Amino acid sequence: MHKKSLTELSEGLKQGQYSSVELTQYFIDRINTYQPTLNALITVTEESALQEAKQADELIKSGDAGDLTGIPIIHKDIFCTKGIKTTCASKMLDNFIAPYSSTVTQNLESAGMVMLGKANMDEFAMGSSNETSYYGAVKNPWQLDKVPGGSSGGSAAAVAAKLAPVSTGTDTGGSIRQPAALCGVTGLKPTYGRISRFGMIAFASSLDQAGTFTSSAEDAAKLLQVMAGFDERDSTSIDKPVPDYSATLNDSVAGLKIGLPKQYFDPGLDPLMAEKIEQALDAYKKMGASIIDIDLPHTDQSIPVYYVVAPAECSSNLSRFDGVRYGYRCQQPKDLDDLYKRSRSEGFGEEVKRRIMIGAYTLSAGYYDAYYIKAQKLRRLISEDFKQAFSKVDVIMGPVTPTTAFNIGEKLDDPVSMYLSDIYTIAVNLAGLPGLSIPAGFIDDMPMGLQLIGNYFEEGKLLNIAHQYQQVTDFHRQTPNL
Amino acid sequence: MEWESVIGLEIHTQLATKSKIFSGASIAFGAEPNTQACNIDLGMPGVLPVLNQQAVKMAIKFGLAVDAEITPRSIFARKNYFYPDLPKGYQISQFELPVVGKGIIEIEMTDGEKKLINITRAHLEEDAGKSLHEDFDGMTGIDLNRAGTPLLEIVSEPDMRSAKEAVAYMKKIHQIVKYIGISDGNMQEGSFRCDANVSVRPKGQEALGTRAELKNLNSFKFIEKAINLEIERQIDIIESGGKIVQETRLYDADKHETRSMRSKEEANDYRYFPDPDLLPLVIETEDIEDIKQQMPELPNAKKLRFMEQFSLKEYDAYLLTSSIELADYYEKVKTQVNDAKLIANWLIGELSGALNKNNLDVKQSPISADQLSELLKRIEDKTISGKIAKKVFESIWNGEGNADEIIEKQGLKQITDTGALEKMVDEIIANNSKQVEQYKNGQTKLLGYFVGQAMKASKGKGNPQELNKIIKAKLDSL
Amino acid sequence: MSLNSSDIEKIAQLAKLNINQDKQADYLKNLGNILQLVDKMQTVDTDKIAPMAHPLDGMQRLRTDEVTEKNQRKVFQEIAPATEAGLYLVPKVIE
Repeated sequence: MHKKSLTELSEGLKQGQYSSVELTQYFIDRINTYQPTLNALITVTEESALQEAKQADELIKSGDAGDLTGIPIIHKDIFCTKGIKTTCASKMLDNFIAPYSSTVTQNLESAGMVMLGKANMDEFAMGSSNETSYYGAVKNPWQLDKVPGGSSGGSAAAVAAKLAPVSTGTDTGGSIRQPAALCGVTGLKPTYGRISRFGMIAFASSLDQAGTFTSSAEDAAKLLQVMAGFDERDSTSIDKPVPDYSATLNDSVAGLKIGLPKQYFDPGLDPLMAEKIEQALDAYKKMGASIIDIDLPHTDQSIPVYYVVAPAECSSNLSRFDGVRYGYRCQQPKDLDDLYKRSRSEGFGEEVKRRIMIGAYTLSAGYYDAYYIKAQKLRRLISEDFKQAFSKVDVIMGPVTPTTAFNIGEKLDDPVSMYLSDIYTIAVNLAGLPGLSIPAGFIDDMPMGLQLIGNYFEEGKLLNIAHQYQQVTDFHRQTPNL
Repeated sequence: MEWESVIGLEIHTQLATKSKIFSGASIAFGAEPNTQACNIDLGMPGVLPVLNQQAVKMAIKFGLAVDAEITPRSIFARKNYFYPDLPKGYQISQFELPVVGKGIIEIEMTDGEKKLINITRAHLEEDAGKSLHEDFDGMTGIDLNRAGTPLLEIVSEPDMRSAKEAVAYMKKIHQIVKYIGISDGNMQEGSFRCDANVSVRPKGQEALGTRAELKNLNSFKFIEKAINLEIERQIDIIESGGKIVQETRLYDADKHETRSMRSKEEANDYRYFPDPDLLPLVIETEDIEDIKQQMPELPNAKKLRFMEQFSLKEYDAYLLTSSIELADYYEKVKTQVNDAKLIANWLIGELSGALNKNNLDVKQSPISADQLSELLKRIEDKTISGKIAKKVFESIWNGEGNADEIIEKQGLKQITDTGALEKMVDEIIANNSKQVEQYKNGQTKLLGYFVGQAMKASKGKGNPQELNKIIKAKLDSL
Repeated sequence: MSLNSSDIEKIAQLAKLNINQDKQADYLKNLGNILQLVDKMQTVDTDKIAPMAHPLDGMQRLRTDEVTEKNQRKVFQEIAPATEAGLYLVPKVIE
């Protein structure tokens, strides 16, 4: 049953093959079995899940069920969920019971989905390996000594290990696409502003975007349908109609112009990875698509720019964690300064503190122009590169990561080498474009991903292109042996 | 050496919206602590700001009132610092591109001297909460009801040269924000607050001296005292060979002293950057035109109209339009009473005097415009004299009823019966033969004495003009 | 641009973090490496480029001025570390 897609499970529920309570219990049992090995979740909400499932069953019985009614889901622990612990994988929020829900989780709940729990992640979404979590590293279900990627590592591992049919994540610099690639699942990061950020704990506000982990593009279309849309509580949310993402899945890709950025095939890319990408492109050529070489000349600037913009925003966003109104507070502060410094130093992990420090530095007097303004100018150039490219092609394809999943602990002591592994994903966030990672093969039994980058608000086209690939391949149907 | 002081003001005025600048929580004053602080005001994780339309409109109104440029595309920035009354660890403000640009206003000193003061900018920002220093087991209590209240910070150029000018400027801004209805201007409740940048330099010198920023100047009286105190302090230091340190100083009204606020100094690298949660505030020309249509009459225009329409002297018109409430009061009375000058005298004299004495503003006046109109009508139709009217005014003030009721009850109607008055005058002439003789010998000034006697005899109810006429006729015919 | 330990102290003060003496060297090295990575930006001439703060060229939407929030003090203060009489408590603030 766990190998079924959301679409198949939804059919099964509607036809009465099983109830949502049964389905929910089934996945809870899987969680209880594999959680000790994988550490993919921070919180399991068994009790409320079964209650929600019961309600879903009534809805199904009454015939009012939608595509998502009664389907279990796991949320990245960055989304506030009312009455349920929301930690952002930080000691800082270990005791934080959110008094409100994020728009994302609220919308999915309203659609009848059943929340099984909250997924592990890198602390405050800062990391590419899920090793910075206060709750410990998540293991890659394909090989337990490998990282699942990050920051949405728990969400990716959970879907890969079929602890839930689907999950949510957030992507600030690749935090959905990279773990999706490393865990062999389908990961969608929509256009900035397509999904509300309200109630999603901010890392870097101008880059953060919620998205999905699923086993297929078809499933992603169904989830996105409910998650996307204008939210008056988010000033950066876009008031634009949400198209029917499922309706265009079967459109033909004949005549599709695929852009191939030469900068994404640099010496840093594992040649075996390049080979897999070539094979995927061949599949598209067979379906009638053409490949066009394109130039994204400022690609090499995306990591430097990102490591100015993201820490700057994060240093300010994380100032609210001060031990006064909620969250961790140090024992017996001797004065106000001590309260701030000890609460924050004890409550935040090393990577978070490192980024706060970098951000405070680059924004400080005398450095602001050289770092922050400079980065914003380059951000425009990076964005212009894509604009140019999309005047010639319909979609851009390339790798998601330079290699498959690395070993746990391998890059922990060298932040910069960890940062460099995000080279192919970061520019998309800087430009605010939609990106998708789909399984496109295995290297030494570890999954790898093909990245699809679309023009603004062309999630529908991306899902269509991915779906067509998934009609002729079965990489996305492979599951790890646990 | 002769010194010149240079003063610039930063005025924070709370905008009279219903809800906060970035959240839907109420800004009503005086609620129980933290009952008007929603998750956005509290800086909870994941919540986001959305800008209040009314706050923007109010800022534009102010810009129009001071002939300022309205920035077509202004930016909200974060000012980063840690303080318990600042929940997010940053204040959302405007830095490089404020909504209101350069403007100018004319101030008028009490001696009638006028001066132009340049306004550098005015920007929208959120207010902070309040720290309550009463002892909670050695702790400070934080109330965040005020956090997120919309503020317009109005920054002047260092154009003022004395504490008096600073006060006149502050009063002018206060008058404007109340005229255009963007703030209640209530200084006790902190709706209108002021910081002053003060420096001194030898007279004739171009370069500015080192300035100190005075905080907590929350009344017109304090601002004058505090600035004068600071000017003296700075001159003393320089004259005794010292140097002024650039710093923030807090004015303590009780001790009448300013003291350095080192706590605010240690980390003032605010790391401003554009708030990524808010997009550029775009104001179209049409929006500005719409608001222009809705602009109320401004103080100067009202003054000129009062002079023109009611034939008032400039000074009277200036006083009557000094506050919007007094001007409105005047116009309301004017619809019922004909004599514009009479109304002006009563508003500037009796009414303002009584209000000042009782520390009330026009809105709190126990005598309404309608009540005063009824009283003044009785002066106009000669039912009572001006002198009696003052007594009646007092009775109305004390809540004893309306003018007509009081005149009736206390029998204050003027005696206009000529026969009765003549009889009274005859008696007075008969009883004051010495004064009659002096009058006949050319001391005609004594006419006033006789009128006074007659007024006394009539208990003030005689019509003074009528009495004057009768007495003069009788004395001259003797 | 290179860092020294007084920079680290200054930034830590701004960010309200304690950086222990024994961690100073780590921070110096790691932050130094990050800044070195970031310095690559200086190789591109951006004189005529306008800074980009948001990925999309939107403009701020305005909210109608209405009170939509109710008093939720009890709920909010249930998760607060220290409160009394409806106030959040902090060590004495000296002005």
